Amino acid sequence: MIVPEHVPVSPLAAASPKRPPLAAFSEVSYAWPRAEGFSLRVEDFAISQYEKLLLVGPSGSGKSTFLSLLCGIVQPQAGRISVLEQDVSEMSGAKRDRFRAEHFGIIFQLFNLLPYGSVLDNVLLPLSFANLRRARAGEAGSPESEARRLMSRLGLDDEIQRRRSASDLSVGQQQRVAAARALIGRPEIIVADEPTSALDRDRQTAFLDLLFEEVEEAGATLIMVSHDQTLAAGFDRMLNLSEVAFNSEARRR
Amino acid sequence: MIIPRLALQSLWSRRITAMLTVFAIAVSVMLFLGVEKVRTGARASFANTISGTDLIIGARTGAIQLLLYSVFRIGNATNNITWTSYSEIVKRPEIAWAVPLSLGDSHRGFRVLGTTGDYFKHYRFRRHQALTFTSGKPFGDLFDAVLGADVASALGYKPGDRIIIAHGAGAVSFMRHDDKPFFVSGILAKTGTPIDRTVHVSLEAIEAIHVDWRGGARIPGVSIGAEEVRRVALKPRAVTAALIGLKSKLAIFKLQRFINEYRHEPLLAILPGVALQELWQLVGQAEIALGAVSAMVVLTALIGMVTMILSTLNERRREMAILRSVGAGPGTILGLLLSEALLLTIGGVVFGCLALYATLFAIRGYIDAEFGLYLAVDPPSMREWGTLLIIVFGGLIAGLLPALRAYRLSLADGMLVRN
Repeated sequence: MIVPEHVPVSPLAAASPKRPPLAAFSEVSYAWPRAEGFSLRVEDFAISQYEKLLLVGPSGSGKSTFLSLLCGIVQPQAGRISVLEQDVSEMSGAKRDRFRAEHFGIIFQLFNLLPYGSVLDNVLLPLSFANLRRARAGEAGSPESEARRLMSRLGLDDEIQRRRSASDLSVGQQQRVAAARALIGRPEIIVADEPTSALDRDRQTAFLDLLFEEVEEAGATLIMVSHDQTLAAGFDRMLNLSEVAFNSEARRR
Repeated sequence: MIIPRLALQSLWSRRITAMLTVFAIAVSVMLFLGVEKVRTGARASFANTISGTDLIIGARTGAIQLLLYSVFRIGNATNNITWTSYSEIVKRPEIAWAVPLSLGDSHRGFRVLGTTGDYFKHYRFRRHQALTFTSGKPFGDLFDAVLGADVASALGYKPGDRIIIAHGAGAVSFMRHDDKPFFVSGILAKTGTPIDRTVHVSLEAIEAIHVDWRGGARIPGVSIGAEEVRRVALKPRAVTAALIGLKSKLAIFKLQRFINEYRHEPLLAILPGVALQELWQLVGQAEIALGAVSAMVVLTALIGMVTMILSTLNERRREMAILRSVGAGPGTILGLLLSEALLLTIGGVVFGCLALYATLFAIRGYIDAEFGLYLAVDPPSMREWGTLLIIVFGGLIAGLLPALRAYRLSLADGMLVRN
């Protein structure tokens, strides 16, 4: 088991050190269904609640496959993945989809938004699939007002919030809209797949600072993957994927 | 309602290809239904032309041919019935009424029919409707003519106008009966049958204009004027055909056999309904071929739709990955693509129907005037609704192809798109 290398910043996490991990992999192996498919094996991995983890690894090291397993997009051929004390690897496909909708907020590297949809609809999109998140988002008014509050906090002004089409936003604005979408309804886990790689250094830092702030405010756990180790500042822990996972790249070459 | 809205917005973002697809489906539906409308319209038009007549008699020929030239003014008779035979047959006790028909002349492209006043009394069309006059009256004088509605409207005639009848049935004739002009005595109400395009004169008048003719040409040196001819005994020598009504339907087959076995002259008696059925059997093959071609066009349009959706799948893999990431199952992706196919097909069907009805409405008058085909603008029949439903269902089935592909892609891609 991988133990956090330093004391978590979050006081809540520190207050209950014996809390079970928020998510854990054990003896998981997965191969993509195509003949030349990439395969990944994760012996042992765990993340605690409220932790902000940076998972680094070079391109092709299996970061995206790892996230697909964690989010229940794909089902491992062997091993066990548990999230929030539930065995995700045993769930049916439809159940994993519902589970992902309720408990995960996901930010991609690029092209996070449906370009033809309005900015507001893009933020509200996950609530169509997640009743708990919809209820939570509506607690302080309506899901729409919560979406606007989140976007405002992420530095998106009124004019941007009212855009009819998300396609003409800048990359930085798109990523912040994507962050609002991931955060709406306070899912337990925020997963970010190289969300800053298309931004310049200043914007990277600004974006990450906003993200950390909102993740803490929402009481969520953050897993971010990147090939860039210099982003580690502000994370509770940095983990190299190669320490926990083995992939088939070497065999293929 | 974000998902349906986003689906519509997605379609709207591809509106040019989507609209072309809808247009292609609409054109195919329009063609398919149009063929059906013309087919049923033609059948109804034919079936509505004659009603209440029990037998048609003419010189021995084919049943369909006799029906076509006597009732529909299509084609020409090859032979006539002599007046002697006709007079003898109509004397039979089972006959309630008989109307002789004499064809062979025309007026500016419209056929001239020589008959008797009984024609207006006994002729029935479309569920036993009788002929009515919008103005004037049946012919009284020898040179009176009664015009069908289209003749009057096309040539702008009114009662009292003078018309010249030409010899032969062509639209352009070089031999005219210009020595014996006719006067319009009445104009019939529109019937939607070939009667609208017929000039009716008396049997005696047909005889009168040919009194100084032999073998299709004027007898050189002989000329009998319009006033002179009134003093000549105008007994018809022959008629082209005759419509017969019986006192009892039970006698139909007996009389038919009597006429078909008539000893003095080879004659033919037909039941209009039966001959019409034979005609439909004949044209049925052509109808099937036409139907098959238009069904192929519908199929082509649906294939076009599948191609359009399939071609967008690659660029939409990112869209699907986003939906998957927020919790949409592959089933939702499948549903989205199926509903897109359904929407495009329904759009095409609705648009096609509207366009068809608009077109029918616009060209109905022209078709009627030009081809004598009266197309009813009715709401779709049960059969047509069924056809439309099958097309929509076909669109859904066709939509399964890209939808299943998207389903598999979204399962395989998950959240990542490896382009």
